[in-house]
Amino acid sequence: MPQGDALRSVFARPGREILEAWIAQQTSSGRRPDPPDDALRSQAAELIELLKAALAQGDPEDLEGEEWTAVRDCIASIARARAAQGLTPSQAAAFVVSLKQFLFSSLRDELTGRSESLADELWLASCVLDRLGLHAVEVVQHCREEAAARRHEELMQLSSPVLKPWEGILVLPIIGPLDDGRMRRMTETLLHEIAAARAEVAIIDIHSVTTIDAVIAQLLLKTVAAARLMGAECIVSGIRPQIAQTLAQLGVDPREVTTKATLAAAFALALQRIRATLPGTAGGS
Amino acid sequence: MDRIPILRQGPFLLVPIQVDMHDRLALQLRDDLCTHIVDTGARGVLIDISALEVVDSFIGRTIANIASTARMLGAETVVAGMRPAVAITLVELGLSLDGVRTALDVDRGLALLHARLKNGDGA
Repeated sequence: MPQGDALRSVFARPGREILEAWIAQQTSSGRRPDPPDDALRSQAAELIELLKAALAQGDPEDLEGEEWTAVRDCIASIARARAAQGLTPSQAAAFVVSLKQFLFSSLRDELTGRSESLADELWLASCVLDRLGLHAVEVVQHCREEAAARRHEELMQLSSPVLKPWEGILVLPIIGPLDDGRMRRMTETLLHEIAAARAEVAIIDIHSVTTIDAVIAQLLLKTVAAARLMGAECIVSGIRPQIAQTLAQLGVDPREVTTKATLAAAFALALQRIRATLPGTAGGS
Repeated sequence: MDRIPILRQGPFLLVPIQVDMHDRLALQLRDDLCTHIVDTGARGVLIDISALEVVDSFIGRTIANIASTARMLGAETVVAGMRPAVAITLVELGLSLDGVRTALDVDRGLALLHARLKNGDGA
């Protein structure tokens, strides 16, 4: 008897019978009170039909084959739905792997007394389900990673707004922890905004920054220098006492950058600077 | 050989850089500019680099060099319209052009030069 035949004959049973046994297994394992029973039922029924079709045509040894595409897609969509509900990868895998108990006991009935073929068929069935289960895990994991990356991207966008409180003045409030990549990205955003808005003064408010290290301080100075090269003046405002101490210890030269304790003071200075450079008014800058 | 044009505008010289700079062009500009400053007695130089998309360390240094030479000859230099990417590149190269004044565009650059001239503290 060629390998896989017993597995096929088990799956040749009416889908309903398989379904009932599987559902019973899933609910008795008590892992998932939700989703509601009928959703679970229809998903399981669909998967069983697809498995039947795949086993009838395809090679159970080769799950990457074309015949298995529908099965893999079905598992992927179930896993995605599971991931959206916040289930863990192992819970998603359990959905597939829980078919094992039914399959093993059915195989035992099919092959009573032929222990050699029984072992082979069990091994095969086990391999198939394990790999399908792993596929579910991978899909869930992938979904989670995508969601995390999306949230990160959204957060980045939310956390570096450039405000324009006055013609010619930009404010970049820095909120939350600063890292290398974020600081570079903010520098780029700020410089492009300076060019687009023709802003003469840019205020970088670091009031909400609680810690700063040497790398970030250097990047901050570079931002100020780059803005100056473009013809805009940078004022760094909202420097807390601890940050001021850190900056001093890091050897930041206060002459290199204009600083103000509060955003209000920086804004007042910015207004002064703008008036000073208006054509026709006296006063050097 | 290509030359970068130098335009006279009142007491100032305008240098619009509209082509990609290469080393020889930059050196040629420096020499031409020095001659022009001496010939015209210009009080200020405005270099418009808004069309410049890339700079290397040599061009960056040459610009700084032009500025300090011009100051010795009695003219203040303003660099106008530097693009964000160019600014970032220069800073990363460690060239913050400390002796050079900068402006967002030609209008503001000229206003800056006029203001310096009026105050009498411009070189």
